[in-house]
Amino acid sequence: MATMTYLEAIADALRLEMRRDPTVFQIGEDIGTYGGAFKLTKGMIDEFGPTRIIDAPISEAAIIGSAIGAALNGMRPVAEMQFMDFVTNGFNQLVTVAGTTAYRWSMPVPIVVRGPSGGGVGANPFHSRNSEAWFAHATGLKVVCPAFPADAKGLMTASIRDNNPVVFFEHKGLYRKIKEDVPEGEYVVPLGVARVVRPGTSVSVIAYGSAVHMALEASEALLREGIDVEVVDIRTLVPFDEETVLESVRRTHRVVVAHEAVLTAGFGGEIAARIADKAFRWLDAPVRRVAAFDAPTPFAPTLEKAVLPNAETIVSAVRDVMAF
Amino acid sequence: MPKKSTSTRASAPKNAELARQMLTYMIMAREFDAAMLRLYRQGKAFGGVYSQLGNEAVSVGSAMALDNKIDVLFPMHRNIGGHFVFGQDIDQLMVNHLAREGSQMRGTDGTGHYADPQRRIYGNVSHLGAMIPVAAGFVMAGLMRGEKTVAMTYIGDGGAQVGEVHEALNFAAVRKLPLIVIIENNQYAYSTPNHLEFACERLSDRAQGYGMFGTTIDGTDVELVYQTCREAVQRARNGEGPSLIETVTMRMRGHAEHDDFAYVPKDILERWSTKDPVETYISRVIQQGIMTESEVTSLRESTLSTMIAAIDRALERPWPAAEEGFRNVFIES
Repeated sequence: MATMTYLEAIADALRLEMRRDPTVFQIGEDIGTYGGAFKLTKGMIDEFGPTRIIDAPISEAAIIGSAIGAALNGMRPVAEMQFMDFVTNGFNQLVTVAGTTAYRWSMPVPIVVRGPSGGGVGANPFHSRNSEAWFAHATGLKVVCPAFPADAKGLMTASIRDNNPVVFFEHKGLYRKIKEDVPEGEYVVPLGVARVVRPGTSVSVIAYGSAVHMALEASEALLREGIDVEVVDIRTLVPFDEETVLESVRRTHRVVVAHEAVLTAGFGGEIAARIADKAFRWLDAPVRRVAAFDAPTPFAPTLEKAVLPNAETIVSAVRDVMAF
Repeated sequence: MPKKSTSTRASAPKNAELARQMLTYMIMAREFDAAMLRLYRQGKAFGGVYSQLGNEAVSVGSAMALDNKIDVLFPMHRNIGGHFVFGQDIDQLMVNHLAREGSQMRGTDGTGHYADPQRRIYGNVSHLGAMIPVAAGFVMAGLMRGEKTVAMTYIGDGGAQVGEVHEALNFAAVRKLPLIVIIENNQYAYSTPNHLEFACERLSDRAQGYGMFGTTIDGTDVELVYQTCREAVQRARNGEGPSLIETVTMRMRGHAEHDDFAYVPKDILERWSTKDPVETYISRVIQQGIMTESEVTSLRESTLSTMIAAIDRALERPWPAAEEGFRNVFIES
């Protein structure tokens, strides 16, 4: 075990996979000598050279598209979006090409498109978006949203080794904020397996990414009120580990679904619908959702804090479902 | 593969075999169209029927310039000739087009959208331009392994205005990729004429802005297309980077067969009909004594019946099993 930040754990996975597999390469903007906007790829060009750490022009469609083409020709590219917001410029490549290739051609497209997403850091509407639900809705794309360093490392390893396109959302607010013991050397966390990060008996909070940390913080406060919260981190949206979620709900009978992304058509709606469909008779209260207000993520700290969810909004939602 | 002529003529030019092959592939492309049109008129075609009438010299001449053992073809929907040059089986092509059981797309898609990695063909998606970055990445991977694979891909006078095309061309130039992009300027993007699609004089003028080789040529002359593409392949193979070749042709049918293309002035079609790439090449081949008129006539007739027979065989196949619709959204394992 080694203590690593979330960012270091992701970098560790990338470095180890590049050492292990010569078909793995990285492509993105400023990822070479500069080491990436968040310095996640710092030093990698020295170890792997400019052929495998490719500084690309500001062309997200060319970055993702060329990754797809390289994948069709035997490689396992990892493409960095400098901010996940800019994936919109390569949306067609991911959704139209990558996400349909297995279905149409029965051919693997082993690419990872990764980058920092999320708000709460005083960026602006164009450096803060949580767009994971778009890709969960696209078909043919796996969607990963790790909340912890060890998971980020293990899920990144699994994503690189997966034969399908994976969209990997790293929460930039977690990059250097959290540290934990991370297994050294090869470490794989399979895609599609949720994790109960805090067992509890009163209510289940189903979350992913930054919302897992909000839920954990909320659970501390709620414990003082005698409410024992179970926090389930789904870790990947596609594939979705429905069974672990349903199993938790069948034990606690009450659910809050939380994510930092906006409410409407967010992945929380999907989770809530699955629970309503398959665990209705175990529920003692309606499923409540906690999410951002349906707006772009604003710039000024007062506005941003107001529209994004936090531990307090989860506390309040949990109290509601407990009181029902 | 084209049938080899058994006759030998001492007087034939030394590239007679090449000329025979090019004409054979162009006739295959032309008769493929004729057979599909016949199917459409019988009301049996499923989905769009996209004629390549007027474009045969581009798809055949460009694909012939490649080495189909090491290079890759990323064709567009009007490039059927290239599929034949790359050795695609006629029956397989028809089954793919008509989405019957045995399609390389399992019925999930049709027309020329299939991929056949063994034959080194990677079809297009309907979002034209989207496959150009993909073709660039394909050859970038080859370069990383020290391979000399060249990719040939195509876009239209309309598709060339898609943003991804710009990104891909710039990317290919920056990384000196062995990529050849042919802009088939067939005058109309669906119903929209050139002057509403772009304001530059020649689409290949853009090459200079990207720092790559560019040229505009007559796309009805198969030997000119072949020669121009051969040079581009050579440059690409030598590490001199990508080329942008604009081939000027005329789309002699509508966007697809449902489209009566009434928006095209009749005199334009009449003018272009004298430059029909297949007919003009037939005349040249006969004039040069490479083939006789009767050889050409019998080649056309036998090719058309081959195409029709392949369609009939494809139509006898069942539709794919409905279960296929639920498979392979992801690659398992």
